[in-house]
Amino acid sequence: MEHISPWVLFFAAIFTGNILLTFFLGMCSFLSVSKQLKTALGLGLAVTFVLTITAALNWVVYYYILVPAGIEYLKYIVFIVVIAATVQLLEMFIERYSELLYINLGIFLPLITVNCAILGVSLFMVIRQYSFIQSVCFGAGSGLGWLLAILAMAGIRERLNEKKIPTALRGPGIALIITGIMAMAFIGFSGMVQIQ
Amino acid sequence: MPVSKSMQLLKDDLWKNNPVTVQILGICSTLAVTNIFLNTLIMGLGLTFVTAFSALTISLMRNVIPPRVRMMVQTLVISSYVVIVDISLRAYVPDISRALGPYVGLIITNCIIMGRMEAFASGNKPLLSLWDGVLSGIGYSWVLLVIAFVRELLGFGTVLGIQVMDPLIHGLGYTGGWVQWSFMIMAPGGFFMLALFIWIANSVSGHKLTHSGS
Repeated sequence: MEHISPWVLFFAAIFTGNILLTFFLGMCSFLSVSKQLKTALGLGLAVTFVLTITAALNWVVYYYILVPAGIEYLKYIVFIVVIAATVQLLEMFIERYSELLYINLGIFLPLITVNCAILGVSLFMVIRQYSFIQSVCFGAGSGLGWLLAILAMAGIRERLNEKKIPTALRGPGIALIITGIMAMAFIGFSGMVQIQ
Repeated sequence: MPVSKSMQLLKDDLWKNNPVTVQILGICSTLAVTNIFLNTLIMGLGLTFVTAFSALTISLMRNVIPPRVRMMVQTLVISSYVVIVDISLRAYVPDISRALGPYVGLIITNCIIMGRMEAFASGNKPLLSLWDGVLSGIGYSWVLLVIAFVRELLGFGTVLGIQVMDPLIHGLGYTGGWVQWSFMIMAPGGFFMLALFIWIANSVSGHKLTHSGS
């Protein structure tokens, strides 16, 4: 994975390999928090922020602590602890220094520990053997890709409110169909850059 | 273990309050591997194992865990069992382990497990919690197995890797083989299949979806 430019990875993570629409990660919060544009934007920004930071931290922890010590198999436990600790620290930090940011972003932070996209990015980074810069760009790109997907979804769902939908399909059912159509649209990007 | 309560759980977890179709929880880590039936089966077994034994462990410790660090302890217990699953898969079925990639590790963040720990295991006796864990795992797996079966059949024309559509088409007297729905193997196929399943399940059981607005 030495030869891929970090910029290519960044854009690929947003469009061709969207973390949500191609890898199904972060579905739970995507389905439950995509009813309003404003909250979707808040959560999306928080996810992007945490993703970028934890990708960098986990890279350092993995290659400078776990690999030299020969305990790579503990990566799941260590990664999830790093993520939980980062989220907790960020929440305390934001609460202390910026009330405005806390109201807009802080309330979403506890939701993020269990967002599979965060752990997923750290695991992909290890499996695909990204370098540090590549990992950070991949993390930021994945976060923005997730933000893009949830924003589009929230915009569509806000308009769906007045529409007549079969009762059994309301809520998650119709949301999944829309996600499927969005995923199809994103397949159209696949000619742009190819990474796997 | 009271019989009536365990039967009630059986009904709830497998159909009435199914984790996937009703609660829409935890689809991330497994929906991704539903394009091949065998992979889904392995994931389902792994997830059931983790849910059951985490529930047992949490339930045994429920009176000694301080409430403030409850979530952290639950996460650590769950991830320890996931490590066991991951190592066993790598040792016994290395090919499938490679195909599943990061998704085995993502069982940790599967909301179903955390949900069962919070809602059930932290307030019930060990054996009942184990039973609930097994049932939630099965309730989750069977839905995804149905989806995986359809996706593999239409996408590759195979069942468990054995070509069935080609002989069927020849048997009906047509020439040429099964035209693979490559769409089914890709991500949108997964989303559409799950939506379809939820639609059918809700129509059959006549659920009132109270938790979702739109």
